[in-house]
Amino acid sequence: MSVLVFADTSEGKYKKSAFEVVSYGKKVAEQLGSSMVVLSINAESPQDLYAYGAEKVITVSNDSLANFNGKAYASVINQVAQKESSNVVIIDSSIDGLYLAPMLAVKMEAGYASNAVALPSSTSPFTVKRKSFSSKAFNNTVIATDNKIVGVSKNSFGVHENPVSGTTEAFEPALSDADFGVKSVSVDRAKGKVSIADADIVVSAGRGLKGPENWGMIEELADVLGAATACSKPVSDLGWRPHSEHVGQTGKPVASNLYIAIGISGAIQHLAGINASKVKVVINTDPEAPFFKAADYGIVGDAFEVVPALIEKLKVFKQS
Amino acid sequence: MKILVCISHVPDTTSKINFADNDTKFDTNGVQFVINPYDEFCLTRAMWFKEKQGATVTVVNVGNASTEPTLRKALAIGADDAIRVDVEATDGLAVAKELAAVVKEGAYDLVLAGRESIDYNGGMVPGMLASLTDYNFVNGCVGMEIDGTAVSLTREIDGGSEKLSTSLPLVVAGQKGLVEEKDLRIPNMRGIMMARKKPLAVVAGISAAAATSAASFEKPAAKGAVKLVAADQIDELISLLHNEAKVI
Ligand SMILES: Cc1cc2nc3c(=O)[nH]c(=O)nc-3n(C[C@H](O)[C@H](O)[C@H](O)COP(=O)(O)OP(=O)(O)OC[C@H]3O[C@@H](n4cnc5c(N)ncnc54)[C@H](O)[C@@H]3O)c2cc1C
Repeated sequence: MSVLVFADTSEGKYKKSAFEVVSYGKKVAEQLGSSMVVLSINAESPQDLYAYGAEKVITVSNDSLANFNGKAYASVINQVAQKESSNVVIIDSSIDGLYLAPMLAVKMEAGYASNAVALPSSTSPFTVKRKSFSSKAFNNTVIATDNKIVGVSKNSFGVHENPVSGTTEAFEPALSDADFGVKSVSVDRAKGKVSIADADIVVSAGRGLKGPENWGMIEELADVLGAATACSKPVSDLGWRPHSEHVGQTGKPVASNLYIAIGISGAIQHLAGINASKVKVVINTDPEAPFFKAADYGIVGDAFEVVPALIEKLKVFKQS
Repeated sequence: MKILVCISHVPDTTSKINFADNDTKFDTNGVQFVINPYDEFCLTRAMWFKEKQGATVTVVNVGNASTEPTLRKALAIGADDAIRVDVEATDGLAVAKELAAVVKEGAYDLVLAGRESIDYNGGMVPGMLASLTDYNFVNGCVGMEIDGTAVSLTREIDGGSEKLSTSLPLVVAGQKGLVEEKDLRIPNMRGIMMARKKPLAVVAGISAAAATSAASFEKPAAKGAVKLVAADQIDELISLLHNEAKVI
């Protein structure tokens, strides 16, 4: 019996969420009194995982897996789970994690709890708290099957160092054409920009900004903070910003440490997508804007005055 | 082409979320139910295929009789017929197994389902359904074209998008982008009248076992009041974010 963690990479490098799921898996293994095995596909330096408690890292190097492929990845994880007699699999709840996990669940005949926000509150019955109702509530889900898959929501557990001296072991999975029924044709990723999913800080703006020509200061603020930029739905509907920046119930979910909302009213559908962010700051001219009820810090003021001042002060702060 | 669109019956996005029976059940009191927003994109895309390339569109829901108005709405939007699997929807795997039985029975070429439902947010039914039926599967789809049995798709990835190619039979989990929001359809009077006469089959289901269950629900801890900082006291905000919240 072991806990198998899938530590995902992007272009060979671990994402922060990989360290988070390994940290989480280590704790679950302790709770269950079992060991942890970590699997990486095409990782440049699997040793990086030792710092988070990974004593055994299984590595798969395979060019056909260079691009993410949901079915093929699920097949590889399943093979490793069988080899290692793992009955609990931990993965992240990223876009790719959410793609492969349901397929893995069918292969393993496992119950799957996605978007988990805490360690299992009990291992018998195996109970894990997960987001539901678009983060307006939590659902304590019991997984009744022998095999279990937990998808960990980003930034919900955190990265915990726990250095061990580990070993790596190469594994060659058996893959067939049937695993590649869906083929990647091309990948288009914005280079040099922080993606909303990976960002610790998100700077988001709404219709209060009046027009696309005013986003310069939003980008500058994001730049100073090393943040990703986002927007409310009407802003992307109006074509002021790309659809990929639309956050909320029908857009992207955000689980950053800091979310700065500028000129966004805080409609329930917007809040549903950003509730999981830890600290929320609101800048809005209207003291009655609903966002102030959801925020931790707020400034009642005009974005066109507050944001440039904030940029200047932050520059000074960053230098000090 | 035979298209099946999976329709989840969910609380309207503005619903207040409350729980009953010692926080073990969602409290439906005063809640308006709608077609899951992600499923609406799928249904509209299915209508496009029907009108432009020729297809029949069936909608399906796993649930008790209370979900029928939602299926009728899908019929009013233009689906040809509806199937309700008369089983209480318990967990993602059980729903996927019920749907897989419908898919096998009807030999659909294309199955469309929303990326996730906005109530339980499991995000697992489409992928499980694809695996159970051995159909190809693309998740988080924001664009799709079909030529014969060849399908080209675009899906969202972290920080960008990916173009993919595959073939029918196929399960696609869709979201905004599959069609634009402005193209979403609202049932008109004629559609509503016609929907009344369209077939809505109730089938018994296979009583698939659930793998998970919701033991209880909880709401996020009540938040303290917002700390307001004067617009000319930006330094104070920076200090709060640095020293108190420790996020910068
Ligand atoms: C089914 C459904 C799903 C939806 N999904 C989403 C979703 O995923 N994401 C989403 O965002 N919305 C969503 N919406 C829309 C949502 O209801 C709101 O309409 C939207 O969030 C409002 O965007 P906004 O706050 O940018 O614009 P507005 O509501 O126009 O608010 C603009 C705000 O800017 C403030 N303002 C104006 N000028 C200034 C200034 N100079 N400085 C500072 N503040 C200023 C105003 O006081 C106001 O609060 C959805 C709606 C529906 C019906």
